Amino acid sequence: MREATVKMSVLLGTIFNPARRLPGGQAFDGDMLGYFLQRLAQALVVMLVISALVFAGVYGIGNPIDVLLSPDATQAIREATIKAYGLDQPLWVQYRDFLLRLAAGDFGRSFVFNMPVLELILSRLPATLELTLLAVFGATFAGVPLGMYAGYRPDGIAARAIMAFSVLGFSVPTFWIGLVLILTFAVTLGWLPAGGRGETADLFGVPFSFLTLDGWSYLALPALNLSLFKFAMMVRLARAGTRETMLGDAVKFARAAGESEWTILHRHVLRLIAIPIVTVFGLEFGSTLAFAVVTETIFSWPGVGKLIIDSISSLDRPVMVAYLMLVAFLFILINFLVDIAYAALDPRLRAARAR
Amino acid sequence: MNGNSPLLRFWDEFVENRVALAAFLLVVAIVGIAALAPIVAPQDPYDLASLALADARRPPGFVGSKGFTHWLGTDAQGRDLLSAILYGLRVSLQVGLAAGAFAFAVGATLGAVAAFAGGRTESFIMRFIDLQLSFPAILLALVLAAVLGQGKWQLVTALVTAQYAYFARTAHGAAAAERAKDYVMAALSTPLSARRVVFRHILPNCLPPLIVVATVQVANSIALEATLSFLGLGLPVTEPSLGMLIANGFQYMLSGRYWISIYPGVALIVLIVAINLVGDQIRDQLNPRLRR
Repeated sequence: MREATVKMSVLLGTIFNPARRLPGGQAFDGDMLGYFLQRLAQALVVMLVISALVFAGVYGIGNPIDVLLSPDATQAIREATIKAYGLDQPLWVQYRDFLLRLAAGDFGRSFVFNMPVLELILSRLPATLELTLLAVFGATFAGVPLGMYAGYRPDGIAARAIMAFSVLGFSVPTFWIGLVLILTFAVTLGWLPAGGRGETADLFGVPFSFLTLDGWSYLALPALNLSLFKFAMMVRLARAGTRETMLGDAVKFARAAGESEWTILHRHVLRLIAIPIVTVFGLEFGSTLAFAVVTETIFSWPGVGKLIIDSISSLDRPVMVAYLMLVAFLFILINFLVDIAYAALDPRLRAARAR
Repeated sequence: MNGNSPLLRFWDEFVENRVALAAFLLVVAIVGIAALAPIVAPQDPYDLASLALADARRPPGFVGSKGFTHWLGTDAQGRDLLSAILYGLRVSLQVGLAAGAFAFAVGATLGAVAAFAGGRTESFIMRFIDLQLSFPAILLALVLAAVLGQGKWQLVTALVTAQYAYFARTAHGAAAAERAKDYVMAALSTPLSARRVVFRHILPNCLPPLIVVATVQVANSIALEATLSFLGLGLPVTEPSLGMLIANGFQYMLSGRYWISIYPGVALIVLIVAINLVGDQIRDQLNPRLRR
């Protein structure tokens, strides 16, 4: 089912495979600080390579001058604008200047909004974050119990219904589910609004929708849309883990000790399957941000995802570059932390350190 | 073919699963009808002269000015939706199959070569692929589609770049297992070139898992293409794929003209789910743990 199955098997392979080499390819020899520095250096190199690729790629599209100026602008205005944005310099000079500005925390100015890019992205970030967090937490808190139930009674009708629903969540494209949700709940039933963010309330000076009742009605459909894919994934993970654990010795002995099925499920099984679930939760958080691009576009949710689609169509290069760099940074950071956490937590590796 | 050939046995087993068989027949029917679109479609949706604005946005069952019934209604340009869907399926299938085939070729070669070469080459290739797998494919395809611009081949390039890594991962795993087997050792001890050993001995034995990935990835490319086209980053407007038909109808949906978006979407979903069901059955049959 979609890339998720393949991706999940790759993920599970790295999590469960006892013969797993450490991510990053190097053998971990117990020197935690050395390993940390090595991975940090790698992450920095990757970041630099990605920045070059992104910069070269993004600056290959179209001519931003056509977007900035009306077609009847005079030649003098044209040249002044080109100079003002540094577009007359060779590409490598533009890239060098870009890196230098980046080091100083300056991502440039948006051509279209005429404001600093960092400020622009930060102003859109809360909307995306509240949507993504709600979707990921909703998917986990609904998906894990249902998946555990499906693994506990794999042949029951309810379990089959849950699994069929999760197949749907995997194979139907997100944008299509969004359309169906709008058609059903906004157009036909008229219960919920079709797009926008609704009334917001401020928390620490930042507007959030989840603080008002009206905001919740706007948040519901996009969050549901975004969460379905994660929900399907959580159901499958929890189901597979539960089926395996129920056959193991831990459950056998717990039953022999006379513990109730409910206690066994929430005290033993849940704890045993929690590690892969938490790992996937972390790794998948980033990809939810990526899927938010689609959901935000459909529901006109004014977050970062909608911003990037708008800036691609208006060739707003500084925004595109900054967004891609931030996403790349986020992914490299998550992978880096996962690597370090594995090295720190894996008992086999702890033993290697003690020697 | 005698009654005991492995392929025939595979087919017999496949037929036992009625759902998978129905899905397979459905896929064949869709491919057939899409290939024959110029003959079966009531109208050529690309021929602007045959469109009448008076027929625009009519509901399903409307009898148009050309005298035939628009069973699925018409779109904003007065195009017969049934014809547009048939032609759109053609585009979606072309892009999906082309992307799947190229990603297969690139990914399988890279994975097998990495497993065969070992050492630095292997760790370099596989680390690059692992790095790419940690980024969501949709984001990569989105960026590439934007960078490369609109067009069929640009889109295929973007999809291949986003998806070859899954093939490479699978091929690498299978090829690494084959690499250690005696027959490869035997082949290498003869004066056969390394290239021949990789492509004629190792790769054919890695095909089963790759075929499973291929079915999933074709469905995946079709879905991804539809998503990109929906976001306005896919194909040019002159050749609307299913995703673009859905996008074009989106603005009319809020006013209750659901059919312009919904019917192309239904065609898309049926195609994707059918391909996935076929892929699931092939995977189950090839999985040694589920063998009877």
